[in-house]
Amino acid sequence: MLSNIGIGLVVLVLILSFLTIYAASLDLKTSSQSIQRGIYKLSLYQTTFTILSFFTLIIAFINSDFSLINVYENSHTSKPLFYKIAGTWGNHEGSLLLWINILVIFSYLFLVFNHKHNKKFRLYTLIFQNILILGFLFFLLLNSNPFNSIYPIPREGLGLNPILQDPALAIHPPLLYVGFVGCSIYFSAAMASMVSGYGGKLFAQSIKAWVQISWCFQTLGIIVGSIWAYYELGWGGFWFWDPVENASLLPWFAITALMHSLIVLEKRNTLHAWVIILCLLTFILSVTGTFLVRSGILNSVHTFASDPSRGIYILLFLLFMVFSALIIFFSTYQKEVYKFNLKSRETFILANNWFMIFFLITVLIGMLYPIFLDVLTDIKISVGPPFFNIVIIPLVVPFLFLMAIGPNFSWIKSRNNNAYKILFLILGAVGINLLISNFFGKYSLLSNLIFIAAIFLFLHLFLDIKKFINKKNRFELPRIISHLGFGLLVFFIGINHQFSLEEDFNLKVGEIKKTNSYEINFEDIKITKSKNYKAIIGNFKLTNLKNNVVQYLGPEIRIYSNPETLTYEAAIKTKITSDLYLTMSNVSRSDYYNIKFQNKPFMIWIWISALMITLGGFTRLILKKNEN
Amino acid sequence: MKISISKIIIFSFIIFSFLIFWQGLKKNNDYDTKNLIGNKISNFQLIDLNNEKKLITEEDLRKNEYTLINFFASWCSPCRTEHEYLLKLSNKKIRIIGINFKDKKSNAISFLEELGNPYDFIGKDKNGKISVLFGIYGIPETLIVDSSLIVIKKYIGPIDQNQYDEILKLIQ
Repeated sequence: MLSNIGIGLVVLVLILSFLTIYAASLDLKTSSQSIQRGIYKLSLYQTTFTILSFFTLIIAFINSDFSLINVYENSHTSKPLFYKIAGTWGNHEGSLLLWINILVIFSYLFLVFNHKHNKKFRLYTLIFQNILILGFLFFLLLNSNPFNSIYPIPREGLGLNPILQDPALAIHPPLLYVGFVGCSIYFSAAMASMVSGYGGKLFAQSIKAWVQISWCFQTLGIIVGSIWAYYELGWGGFWFWDPVENASLLPWFAITALMHSLIVLEKRNTLHAWVIILCLLTFILSVTGTFLVRSGILNSVHTFASDPSRGIYILLFLLFMVFSALIIFFSTYQKEVYKFNLKSRETFILANNWFMIFFLITVLIGMLYPIFLDVLTDIKISVGPPFFNIVIIPLVVPFLFLMAIGPNFSWIKSRNNNAYKILFLILGAVGINLLISNFFGKYSLLSNLIFIAAIFLFLHLFLDIKKFINKKNRFELPRIISHLGFGLLVFFIGINHQFSLEEDFNLKVGEIKKTNSYEINFEDIKITKSKNYKAIIGNFKLTNLKNNVVQYLGPEIRIYSNPETLTYEAAIKTKITSDLYLTMSNVSRSDYYNIKFQNKPFMIWIWISALMITLGGFTRLILKKNEN
Repeated sequence: MKISISKIIIFSFIIFSFLIFWQGLKKNNDYDTKNLIGNKISNFQLIDLNNEKKLITEEDLRKNEYTLINFFASWCSPCRTEHEYLLKLSNKKIRIIGINFKDKKSNAISFLEELGNPYDFIGKDKNGKISVLFGIYGIPETLIVDSSLIVIKKYIGPIDQNQYDEILKLIQ
């Protein structure tokens, strides 16, 4: 029943897509200044039916309707309601429907909110967006239909992978999807801009809000994923340069570059072709990331979704997108002459772009090189943290410096000479760094440079805050928050990296382990039962040998019944200055448990500063909304 | 659209990447060390744990009819449970080589002092790289190699009574 309703709705959306493309192409030929009302209606119906189809799937999950293969494979009656709902997008088919929802909703909103802009540009955007929608609709119907039914109807489902049963992970996919699929709208807009010749400042204004919205959600989605990895995977880290994390970083670098150069396009009416390239690149990289993750060509924590037949479809569609984008770009490209003064804000924004593209290429090479090597020579290698850390981290130093001084230059040409101020602030930063190293202990030369650069950025931002309070130019605020967040993030990651303690050992119940700063007493274990799992909880008494403070931690080993899986839940005590992190895992055929103990300074501040970066973006959106 | 060299480079790069992806999709990505059985060991060379100058090479393996290669570490508690079987095997017609995986030398030595040393030779593998070449993904693991350097058995996890009997049968 729900199967037929769902498929019916999706087919309706498909028909409406064709109709929209047809009506929009007809309307292109009319001389009227405004878009026909009928097109708005088509788009609205399309949005309504898409949302309804998604709700149909959610209802199937809530009611545990196992006549749908998708529900049977990914849900179970004993699951808490929240995770039943989250199960809707916790699998490939359901998440593809969510993907299509976002494509359609953004298509409608862009049409409605951009009524001030050129008609031809808007119609072409609608057409290109609907071509994307059609591509993914066919993919859904032919290859990954969440509404496929199964007969005879199973009594019970197979259940959702327990490591996905986590609040952070339940909201992680929708956030990322708004971020990554949201990019589709300015991919379409960039295509439309090239075809209709609607470029420059006005084009920048038409996509600015959309870029900012998707940037905010991408950033937030990546942070939430990282928080999940920290709490759930039990490795004690927050960034692993895992292929999937890398896949999410690629479009993020492109969109961050785009967000900055868009300001130049808006203010100076130049860099049009570059902005177009970044618009196209952001969405192409989003789809490439999806391809790499979903096709199983890469192995990682997200392999729940791998299937080669999907890969072939996404690959072909990606090829189609890249080729049409390139052909349109090359046939409409007009050479621009750039005349930037070295001492101008736009030069520094371009510098940001160069760094972003450098980071992007580094990560791309790290991701693709093993695949290329494997296919061409059968040699399996893995490119991990050492490569990325060596190539990326030193570059963060000049990046932070430019980030600090760039915003103090004015557009076109700066008259005032900032040299004394810069010199003074560098000296200040070096001094503060000396104090910190006195307090915490010595660290490497590179860390010194990173801390100095970060502090240099803070000092600049404090001056900016002072200026902001005096002048009340509120549009400076988002920039200050985001840049401060980024500087703090680098700073705290540096400290965390330098001063983390890690101990790995085996203990039996009743045994005590002494490290340099802690005594760890494995007092006992108890077994508890929960709705969908059984847990073995260890009771650990931790004594800080420096101040004799005692704390109790209870890491868990959970045995989920549907599907039968073991997961290890870390016990984490978060304090303002550091996190205590303890995991335990059973060692087969013995009484020993493997214990991993970590003391990670300023962990909470890493999350706070990362969230500040996003907060800056959201502040911009709110300020913008109030202005209208 | 005019054709220029930069355009040709861009398009060929994209087509090349797509062909690679296409091929990549057809490949089986499952990592399985069972395939190791029947394969020949190559580039085999180990440095002695106690004496950096002492080496063991392929030639040393050829001298024995069977060689057992065991991957162990002092921090690995299942290694303790299989240790008694290794000790029992140490006076049989099989040469036993231990590879000390990601371990501290002092810990490894006290581990062997406590439980006994079944190994004819102990190679060190401080960073785990050699073990990866053998397709090891967790320890303990054990390989049995014949005199022509072909892997004939592979045990993942600690050796138990059944596997011990199997090994005895093989070497008789």
